[in-house]
This record gives sequence, C-alpha cells and structure tokens, in this order.
Amino acid sequence: MLNIVRERLRQGHRTGTFPKEAPKLPERFRGLPTIAQNLTPAECAEVAAACPFAALGCSDSQLQIDLGRCLFCADCPAAARGALTFSGDYRLAVRKREDLLLEDKAHRLADKLDKRMRKLFGRSLKLRQVSAGGCNACEADLNVLGTLVFDLGRFGIQFVASPRHADGLIVTGAVTENMKGALLETYAAVPEPKLVIASGACAIAGGPFRDSPEAHNGIGDLLPVDLYIPGCPPHPYTALDGLLRLLGRL
Amino acid sequence: MNPSRVIRLRHGACVPLAELPRLEFSSFRNTLLDEVAGEARVVSLFGHPGGEGLDLYAVLARDWKGELVLLHTRVKESFPSLTPECPQVHLFERELAEQYGVRPQGHPWLKPVRFHQRWVKGADIWGRRDDEHPIPGDMDFYRVEGEEVHEVAVGPVHAGVIEPGHFRFQCHGEEVMHLEISLGYQHRGIEQMLRGGPHPASIYQLEAAAGDTTIGHATAYSQLIESLAGVKVSLRTHAIRAIALELERLANHVGDIGALAGDVGFLPTASFCGRLRGDYLNLTAELCGSRFGRGLVRPGGVQFDLDPARAETLTQRLKVLAAETRGAIELCFDSPSVLARFEGTGRVTADDAEALGLVGVAARACGLVRDVRLHRNFGNGETRFDTPVIETDGDVFARGNVRRREIYASHRLIDEDLKRLPAGEIRTALPALAPESLGISLCEGWRGELVHVGITDAQGRLARYKIVDPSFHNWSALAMALRGEQISDFPLCNKSFNLSYCGFDL
Ligand code: SF4
Ligand code: SF4
Repeated sequence: MLNIVRERLRQGHRTGTFPKEAPKLPERFRGLPTIAQNLTPAECAEVAAACPFAALGCSDSQLQIDLGRCLFCADCPAAARGALTFSGDYRLAVRKREDLLLEDKAHRLADKLDKRMRKLFGRSLKLRQVSAGGCNACEADLNVLGTLVFDLGRFGIQFVASPRHADGLIVTGAVTENMKGALLETYAAVPEPKLVIASGACAIAGGPFRDSPEAHNGIGDLLPVDLYIPGCPPHPYTALDGLLRLLGRL
Repeated sequence: MNPSRVIRLRHGACVPLAELPRLEFSSFRNTLLDEVAGEARVVSLFGHPGGEGLDLYAVLARDWKGELVLLHTRVKESFPSLTPECPQVHLFERELAEQYGVRPQGHPWLKPVRFHQRWVKGADIWGRRDDEHPIPGDMDFYRVEGEEVHEVAVGPVHAGVIEPGHFRFQCHGEEVMHLEISLGYQHRGIEQMLRGGPHPASIYQLEAAAGDTTIGHATAYSQLIESLAGVKVSLRTHAIRAIALELERLANHVGDIGALAGDVGFLPTASFCGRLRGDYLNLTAELCGSRFGRGLVRPGGVQFDLDPARAETLTQRLKVLAAETRGAIELCFDSPSVLARFEGTGRVTADDAEALGLVGVAARACGLVRDVRLHRNFGNGETRFDTPVIETDGDVFARGNVRRREIYASHRLIDEDLKRLPAGEIRTALPALAPESLGISLCEGWRGELVHVGITDAQGRLARYKIVDPSFHNWSALAMALRGEQISDFPLCNKSFNLSYCGFDL
C-alpha cells in the first residue's frame, strides 16, 4: 500500500490544462492547412491530380482541399510543391460536410448544438462508439480521451457500453460491407433524439480505403452526421475540441 | 528431402519466378510436412491464379539458420488438405477456399475466414451466390450438445471502444468448453486493392492495415519493395526504422499492461500506464508528426531525419519515461492479488503453440524462441539483438511478463541506437520493380511476426500481395486458452493476447 502511495506521488498530477490553455503539440504535427493563392490554372490542376485520395480540387486556379478526405500526409505532393502548408492548428472539427471544403476563406469551426439539444446533452453526453472498418488507430485515440491526461469525464462526456444508454454514436471506419448492418442496427437502438459523430477520414469519406469494393466511403450516405472530426487519426485534442464546441463549451 | 526441390533464401531476397521449380503436389506436400516435422514452420501460404489452375506458394522459416524455404506447386479445383497433419495451415487453407474457390479436401473445419466477395466469379465451394455479398458469420458454428450446456454469443459490436468481432462460447455452467471466433467485420479488401501497384495510395493502406502496427507493416512493405527493386537502404534508415519500431512496441506493451491491470481492478497501474502509453505515442509524433508513425517509413528510406538535437531530446525524455514506466509496472507485478489472478489463467501449452504456429509475444510466452529481430539484422547493424524474452508458462502472467521484460529491453535498444546513429542518407531513389519475381519480407512488429510476400507481373507491377499479421495465427491461441476456463475470465485472457481484428481481416 505504501508503495502505491509513494508511486502515486512520484507519478504526479497529469491532467492537462485544456481547454484553459492551448495544448503543446509536436513541432512536426500536421494540422489545418493554409492554401497558396498564386497558382496558375495549370499548376493548380496538376497539384490537385497528385493527391491519391481525391482530396484536392480546383475552381479556376483556386486550390480547394477537402479536409474530410485528407489524411494529412507527410508526403503530400501539394505541400511538397508549396501549394499548401500544414499549420500546427489542431482545431478542425465542423458541423456541416461542406464546411470541410477549405479554400482561401477562414475555416468554419463547429457551431454549438441548438438550445434544446444543449439542454438535453450539454452537461451529460453519453456516446456509444462503433468501429466499422478502419485501422483501430481512431479508436485508440478516442480511448485516450478517457486517460487522466484528457479526462473526458470532467466534461460530462462518457463512452457507454449499450446503444440504449447512449445519446448518440461516434463512428470510426469506412463502413465495410460486413459492418454496415451492425452499424445501422446500433443506430436504430439509440433512443431519439440522437447525435452522430464521424471521427476520422475513414468515417467521413473512406480515408485510405476510399473506393474499396468491400467498403463504403464513410457514413455520410448512411446516417445524418452532426459533427465531423477530420484526421487520420484525429489528434485527441482535435476530437476533444470538436466535442466541446458541439456542447457549446468552447 | 531433395535439396534441389526447395529454394532456400535469406530474408530480403527476391527470386525470379522462372527459377522457382514447380513441384508435383505430392512432393510439395511431403516436403512441407517433412520441413515442419524438422525445424521449420509455415510463415505464409497463399495462392495466385496461374495459367490453368491455382499456383500455391508456401514460405517456411528455418529460424535457427535464419533461412526461408520457398515451395511452389499448382492445384486445380481441390487438393488433399494438409491441416489434419499440419494444423498451423488451417486458416491458410480456409483462406484459399474462400478466395479462389478451391477445396482443401478433408479440412476438418472448412468455413470462410472473412466473408468477402469471391475473388473468382462462379467459384464458391459453399454454394453461395455471386451476386450477393456474403453475410458475415453466416455459417454453422461448432456446437456442444448436452444437458446444461448453453451457448453465449457476443459481438460484432462490443461493449468498449474496440473493434468488431463475433465470439461464440459453448459453456457448461461457467466453464467454457469451446470458443469459436468469427471475424471479417473489418475486412477492407487491402490485398485486392494492392494489386496492380505499388499505387500512390498503397503505402497509406499498409500503414492502416493495423493502425497500432503502422511502423511494423510499413517497414515490412518497404523492405519488400526495396528487395523487388534491388535497392539497399542506408544503415541510418535501418536505425531510424528500428527506433520507431521499438517506440511502437513500447506504447503498445505499456498500454497492454495497463489494460491487464485494469481488468483485475488494479487501478494505479492501469491509470499510470494509460498516461505513459500516450507519452510514448507522443515520442513517435516528435519523430514524424503522427502519434502512430504515419508518414515515417517509406519504400527507399524514411521521411524524417533524426537530427542531433532531436535525438538528444528523445534520449532525455525516454530516460524520464523509462523510470516512470518501471515504477508503474513493478507496482502491479509486486502485488500478490494481481499475480494470483494472472498466474495459471488462460494457459496455452508449448505443444499447442507449436502446432498452431503461434508467433510473437504469445509464442514467446509459451517458451518458443521466435523473434524476427533475432533471426535477421536488427537496427543499425551494431546494436545486437541477442536476447529474445522467453517465458514458459503460457498463461496470462507469462504474456504480461514477456511484455514487461520487452519494455525494459526496448528502452535499452532505443538508447543504444540513438547513441550510435550512423551517418548517411535517409532516402534512396527506387528503380522499377523486377518483373516476374517474388519477394519476401519479415518484420517483428510489437505483436509478433509480420510477413509480406509480393509477386510481380511482366511489367513489374504487383500481381499478388500477401500479408500475414501475427493475429492471423494467434486468434486460435485465444480460443485454446479459454478451454476449461471460466467465461468471466474471457476479458482478461483476451487482453493478455490483445490481438488485432483489422490486421486479421485486412
Ligand atoms: S495530405 Fe494527402 S490526402 Fe491531403 S491533400 Fe495532400 S496528398 Fe491529399
Ligand atoms: S481514419 Fe485513418 S486512423 Fe482512422 S481508422 Fe481510418 S485509416 Fe485508421
């Protein structure tokens, strides 16, 4: 017992200061991109075509990036050619699919839920996680929110075991053929009103498995989504920031 | 056995298909069984449609000689199953049946593995229709009949934040008589998507084959592409990959020990390890910006260098973490109440482990000396990996203790590698892949051995890519471990293996 107490003292207090202070992320972390403005139409088209996941597009010569499809690759060909630069900004989550399309305008972060929904969920949000054909890194970094560093519970958010006890689903994975049925059944088992959160590039748009014959391109066509959390996987702070914005606590 | 019949090669070698003798099936079979009766084990067995029929390739490892053996034959609609005599191929044969519609005649438990669409139209040995996607788990399960025998079915959606899978227990009261595990829910069709490649998306799909093994799978893939391209990467590249691989091991092992402690209600270790695991992931993010190592390893090298300042930061942070980790872990391994729950639970015998072809932590916990780091060059070439961690009891304690000791070993390995980072380039240009060749690559991921095999076509594109994740072999061990146990011990046993669903499902 004494050892436990001694070790407890040595390990110290570790809960982060978020959201009071911004987290310190590694220097090489790739967050919200900024997009170059001075491309010619030919350059723009060429850069856009080089993305393996169809995350880039051009309108006139304005490069556009779909943060829902983007994997924030270290070897992004567009970044290599200076057409975009990844910043260290981890705040990415949005409420609407179209808000993930980033051009030159400012990124529109997630709005809070309406008053009624906030009244219901604002102080206590129970989520059932469904893993539907990803790589398990998204799940791993959601699990991390439960550790003492992030301590999700202090915000009244909790992952629960049964969909019947849940206020909503948080889905990861591209939705394989083999998980589609189970996902829809789990959704049906959540009582109304309910929320759906798509966490990670797979759940938003298929991620690296985009256009696989064995998977759907995320949950967009299957379920109404209330919050999109981009990333492959999203950084735990990206997810936490999105959840807190949704609840109007940021 | 006739030496001219087998191709012997070293890890990282690549053979032109033309040099590969095609054996008669009977001689393929006998050679394989002889090899396995000797010192070899089957690390991969897969098919690739040939002219008329299905080409079969078997890769065997003779661990102590550091050698691989390659066998090749061709079969038509069916072939006599090897499983009754060589249980370690049981899933490989089920896979062949599911993918290509060939029947391993006499297989004792012939069911699909992943429930995906047929790879060859019109060929389904279970008579399922081509125009409908199979329903996962839709097959008979093994059943025990008798008074007071009951069945418990769990999944695919489980209670925690974890991946989907289906478990069927046959119980007599609390006691589990048999557990059958039915997977495939995470099947994304990775091997099929890799065909015709390497595509620009391929490396990202490999990094996400099993997200917690990003470095492992990316390294196995890169080594394979490098050998098919005939390229040698620098010692510096090897060292950086090795450091990342050990960081991946640390994060996962530490997380697993925390989960084991949590499962028996020992909360201090559970909560300290949860935090420490994140700190190790953050070290990987220092290296490459991603906590899971996305973007670090690429065919031809690595994308991020370890400059002296960063190496120094890593060394210092690791030193602090190492001490804290030791404190957190020893607390739990010093606690008699924890040990009482770990010891003797979920035992797998060495014989079963051998028969099932277990790899990695699960194999080493049963006394089998299997570690790719031992049997091939490791790290920068100077750091010697010569002491694989072996335990002999095969129970939850042994699997936990292998992890505990490997954590301490990884601390030392990284420290040494950081001290002696060789100079050199971190990226080499890749020429086209050799046409009509076969390459093999192995890597000791944190769960165990990752085996990637690639076959190229006449244009040097990947015609077949075969991945074996350690979970492919090891799920069977979890089923064995549960026999005769209380069903309430399932979570603990399960965590002691902590296998990958997506790595299995691909
Ligand atoms: S980071 Fe990757 S996914 Fe995103 S635009 Fe660049 S290449 Fe495409
Ligand atoms: S989005 Fe990326 S990290 Fe998340 S499940 Fe998909 S592949 Fe894995």
